[in-house]
Amino acid sequence: MIRMENVHKAFDDNHVLQGMNLDIPQGTSMVIIGGSGTGKSVALKCILGLIKPDSGMIYVDGKDAQKGDRDAFLARFGMLFQGAALFDSLPVWQNVAFRLLRGSLKRPADEAREIAIEKLRRVGLKANVADRLPAELSGGMQKRVGLARAIAAEPEIIFFDEPTTGLDPIMSGVINDLIREIVTEMGATAMTITHDMSSVRAIADNVAMLHGGVIQWTGPVGQMDASGDPYVEQFISGSAEGPIEAVR
Amino acid sequence: MSPISLLGELGRAILNMLAAFGRVALFALDAVSHIFRPPFYPREFGIALLNIGWLSLPVVGLTAIFTGGALALQIYAGGARFNAEAVVPQIVAIGMVRELGPVLVGLMIAARVTSSIAAEIATMKVTEQIDALVTLSTHPMKYLTAPRVLAALITVPALVAVGDIIGIAGGYTVATQNLGFNPAAYLKNTVDFLEARDIVSSLVKGAAFGVIAAIMGCYYGMSSGRGAQGVGRATKGSVEAAAVLILAANFVLTGVFFSL
Ligand SMILES: Nc1ncnc2c1ncn2[C@@H]1O[C@H](COP(=O)(O)OP(=O)(O)OP(=O)(O)O)[C@@H](O)[C@H]1O
Ligand SMILES: [Mg+2]
Repeated sequence: MIRMENVHKAFDDNHVLQGMNLDIPQGTSMVIIGGSGTGKSVALKCILGLIKPDSGMIYVDGKDAQKGDRDAFLARFGMLFQGAALFDSLPVWQNVAFRLLRGSLKRPADEAREIAIEKLRRVGLKANVADRLPAELSGGMQKRVGLARAIAAEPEIIFFDEPTTGLDPIMSGVINDLIREIVTEMGATAMTITHDMSSVRAIADNVAMLHGGVIQWTGPVGQMDASGDPYVEQFISGSAEGPIEAVR
Repeated sequence: MSPISLLGELGRAILNMLAAFGRVALFALDAVSHIFRPPFYPREFGIALLNIGWLSLPVVGLTAIFTGGALALQIYAGGARFNAEAVVPQIVAIGMVRELGPVLVGLMIAARVTSSIAAEIATMKVTEQIDALVTLSTHPMKYLTAPRVLAALITVPALVAVGDIIGIAGGYTVATQNLGFNPAAYLKNTVDFLEARDIVSSLVKGAAFGVIAAIMGCYYGMSSGRGAQGVGRATKGSVEAAAVLILAANFVLTGVFFSL
């Protein structure tokens, strides 16, 4: 459903993506792993068109993602940003219900609020946070509000940029289950970035490892431990010894 | 440095400047075009009206009253040198309505509104809120820029009118309390002297300055660099650019209205 072909992206002389290829079938959950600063967030933003790739093609449903009706294209996506990116001038529930309060999905305010509170509940937040401002929440709570906002309009394709960083282990488990549920029950296609190997095992159908601007290895999560790829093995074991340089 | 490379540097600087002008002009056209195309965001427009118009009233009023008062004192002192003290009401009126009202309100709006728009939008950019808007199918130009530009277009002329009136009132107060002018005669002289053209020029200047102030805030905010430093640079640049453009536009508009 989503396909990246030979995508290149550089910021000045920082060559972040150097021919990234990736395939995500419809209704599956892809998890991207890779060292900090390897360009995982940049890859997500390239697909959404928030960053323009220097070269290469990105297809969604076989159609060139950079052409065609942008509104219709974006309406299919939900995205959780790494830094949550909540609108700090709006209370929490209006953040979550942002799409339901304006534009083509607009509905009455009390209905939108109810949906927002239901989504907040699903990410483990109580109704009493609904009227607070994002700045009054902890980092982990903000992350979960961002997650609730990403899933509020029930999009077909959802991107999660590090959904469980900053969360306690129990809450991480809840969020992992939620993402899994969204894929299996709602049939959504998900792409998740995470550094947390237990999340990888809980969420992924397929795993891809980004290193050096290209996908080093990709395959079903079940084959990850026996991948035989030194990069993946080093990443799983968290060892400083291996092909990935750990500067000290 | 050789003359040739100096020439090259100069050429590059001029080209960069022209490119920047081009970018601002394209941005301005884009911003204005979004005012007329749906979807519209009435809530954001209402908030912008409040922030740009209503909440600017105190600073505009204070600026105008002190300026009007000082103007009356200066004209009286200057006029006394050739026995022309009596022109205080006329010159205060013309000075406030034609020049000082619009320019001072414009500069105050640049200080108060441009800076806050730039800082707000730049912070949104830096914290990925602008990207988030896009992924939520909301066009940042429509949601952030259009309401602010429209609100400035409507409210800044009103602020200028208020500033003109309060400035004249400041001159009136000083003239009648300290300089011994007759209140009724002062008002009559003021009203008789002002022409429709003076007032129209004042309001047109207000509208132009309002649009400049809002657009420069949005432009610098949207093109902010990364981090706190980026926000600081965007804010500083927006106020500088807005203030200079307002003064330049004032010169041009004064030429258009009063020397043709
Ligand atoms: N807008 C930008 N301008 C310039 N450089 C950028 C920009 N966005 C990202 N980069 C650079 O691209 C590289 C990859 O960034 P990215 O955010 O994709 O990393 P990441 O893989 O998501 O890392 P992390 O796991 O720490 O989030 C970094 O070197 C970063 O400095
Ligand atoms: Mg990242």
